[in-house]
Amino acid sequence: MDLAFTKEEQAFREEVRQFFKDNVPPETRRKLVEGRHLSKDEMVTWWRILNKKGWGVSHWPVEYGGTGWSSVQHYIFNEELQAYPAPQPLAFGVSMVGPVIYTFGNEAQKKQYLPRIASVDDWWCQGFSEPGSGSDLASLKTKAERRGDKYIINGQKTWTTLAQYADMIFCLCRTDPAAKKQMGISFIVFSMKSKGVTVRPIQTIDGGHEVNEVFFDDVEVPVENLIGEENKGWDYAKFLLGNERTGIARVGVSKERLRRIKELAAKVESGGRPMLEDPAFREKLTACEIELKALELTQLRVVADEGKHGKGKPNPASSVLKIKGSEIQQTTTELLMEVIGPFAAPYDVHGDDDSNETMDWTAQIAPSYFNNRKVSIYGGSNEIQRNIISKAVLGL
Amino acid sequence: MDFDLTEEQRLLKDSIDGLLADAYDFDSRKKYMAEKGGWSKAIWSKLAEQGLLGLPFSEDDGGFGAGGVETMIVMEAMGRALVLEPYLATVVIAGSFLRHGGSAAQKEAHLAGIIDGSRTFAFAQLEKQSRYDLFDVATSAKKKGDGWIIDGEKFVVLNGENADTLIVTARTKGGQRDKSGIGVFIVPADAKGVTRKGYPTQDGLHAADITFTGVEVGADAAIGDPENALPLIERVVDEARVALCAEAVGLMDESLNTTVEYIKTRKQFGVAIGSFQALQHRAADMFVALEQARSMSMFATMASDFEDAKERATSIAAAKVQIGKSAKFIGQQSIQLHGGIGMTMEAKIGHYFKRLSMIETTFGDTDYHLRRVSEAGGVV
Repeated sequence: MDLAFTKEEQAFREEVRQFFKDNVPPETRRKLVEGRHLSKDEMVTWWRILNKKGWGVSHWPVEYGGTGWSSVQHYIFNEELQAYPAPQPLAFGVSMVGPVIYTFGNEAQKKQYLPRIASVDDWWCQGFSEPGSGSDLASLKTKAERRGDKYIINGQKTWTTLAQYADMIFCLCRTDPAAKKQMGISFIVFSMKSKGVTVRPIQTIDGGHEVNEVFFDDVEVPVENLIGEENKGWDYAKFLLGNERTGIARVGVSKERLRRIKELAAKVESGGRPMLEDPAFREKLTACEIELKALELTQLRVVADEGKHGKGKPNPASSVLKIKGSEIQQTTTELLMEVIGPFAAPYDVHGDDDSNETMDWTAQIAPSYFNNRKVSIYGGSNEIQRNIISKAVLGL
Repeated sequence: MDFDLTEEQRLLKDSIDGLLADAYDFDSRKKYMAEKGGWSKAIWSKLAEQGLLGLPFSEDDGGFGAGGVETMIVMEAMGRALVLEPYLATVVIAGSFLRHGGSAAQKEAHLAGIIDGSRTFAFAQLEKQSRYDLFDVATSAKKKGDGWIIDGEKFVVLNGENADTLIVTARTKGGQRDKSGIGVFIVPADAKGVTRKGYPTQDGLHAADITFTGVEVGADAAIGDPENALPLIERVVDEARVALCAEAVGLMDESLNTTVEYIKTRKQFGVAIGSFQALQHRAADMFVALEQARSMSMFATMASDFEDAKERATSIAAAKVQIGKSAKFIGQQSIQLHGGIGMTMEAKIGHYFKRLSMIETTFGDTDYHLRRVSEAGGVV
């Protein structure tokens, strides 16, 4: 047992860190630090910089543009990326549909889609949740009817993140209405520009527009857009959801936020001294740091295990990552709220272009707190995670 | 970075797990508790035979030269089986004093008895007013000739009732809360002027309140620098905390297993109560708490070798905070999920809860260590 990183791994960390310092546009970093939304251009610009370096789809197999890094290197890369902070690669293309295509797709599909994901020529979104199918995803109703060499798709998806920017969608559709729940679902990809696709924005409680409703009205999709086998889509969806186990803890994100909390709490006065010197506040902050340290170690246990024994059998500790990771992220946003106190209230009337020197760091704190309530809901709510632990780990 | 055990460490784990599986079920434990002194000499001999009492000592000193990971393996196994024998007091604490501070002559005089199981030790540190501050020492050691005269009172000395030899903190200089001027002395338990009042503790172990009245010891009794032994004491107590973290992980692991087994079999409303989601989610939260504690126990084990004393202390304090939180949650919820039967002496789960509760108050509780980490500027 040895928790130290090797010299090579430390050198790798330095290399990655230096690359971010030299290449992340300062304005992009500033917005992330302040919890602001990035424009499409800002995100795409950065992802193309990353892709040019060869790190855009780092965890893919080398033949499709991946790096061949060890699990520890991936861990270091992600941690540094989150902690700098720099925008993470677009999960829907890079972490979700990409691996499904290179694992289950045919050669033509691999050729057609994979390079465009890496170069961000296609922005992908995810068509999974429906108004009546949240945690019970397999109850989904969106239909794909085979007519000759086409599927005719009808139905509605929701919580579709950044669909307003998307070129492509991967969709779970019911292809066999007679089959039992999980059995009649297929994994189909198509253009968001297709006739019959309508995107309607959903404004969330932070005032932002990240998610959308997407309606399909007799959308015609060529049958060659089916990934893998018809009616096997549920297997691919499970593969997709199980694929990104270690990134979900977002340890780097919470580290960066703790750094910011300390920085701001050293400036803000409370009771005639810096907030950071208030013992009650300080101990809450420390308690959160300790939880994060434990989570980091738990994550490293999972990473080391994957490196040694492959990704086949999930380490039981991995189910801890989502629950604890989301709780800690939420705690950090609560601590930030505490730091600014009464100045949480003013609404950010200037939006992302705020140039008001005195207030620009406070404006996004309450929205970020509101927005972060989502992290214990998405990706399988924390209650669903507890179901998974009790069944898969404890055998209840 | 590697969290796996080496081949030798796995053999060690199999060996201690095997020994305890054979000889330390809950009913056997009751018998050992009823023996004179409250633990089993036969088990202690078996631990000696398997080399477990000599584990951390160098081969030159007659031991096996094992490190922190090996102690973690043993303590976790002992937690899982709720072992009564004085491994912490003798091998971990007294052993660490001798390893880190003992002279060649002191090692020569004491290690063989630890390793062959013929002698046990106790650490007389706590005073009425000192609570968790290791530097708060009113017991005095006054110079007399080459030796010392010790006067004072120590409380809740673990294994103090049975130990052959005591390791005592006493002030040689300065005021009660000065950080310098503290010494550590080896005192035979039957020395003239030593009075022991022994009693069982809440978790089934044994301790003693010990009075030292004009106890004379020689110059060779002092371990390390008699005027500046606090760094040594802190290092040894840190190792004891690390060992307690591992023991607690073993206790929590077994508490969760026992509780999950229980709710799988206990039926109400015609079904196993483990089929109810309210209980499933509680058990899942217990699992999360356990894994977080396990991670920090490993971290603490590694941290005991950190060269920077401040970083070592802060890391171990952070681990004790996590273990304290997890232990309270898992301990209390284990009783809750057992329902009425969890309240009885007859069921094993309550005994795990009691040991976990006593670990919380040993060498600093959660609040104490949280404050230390906070004052040190955090751990991230």
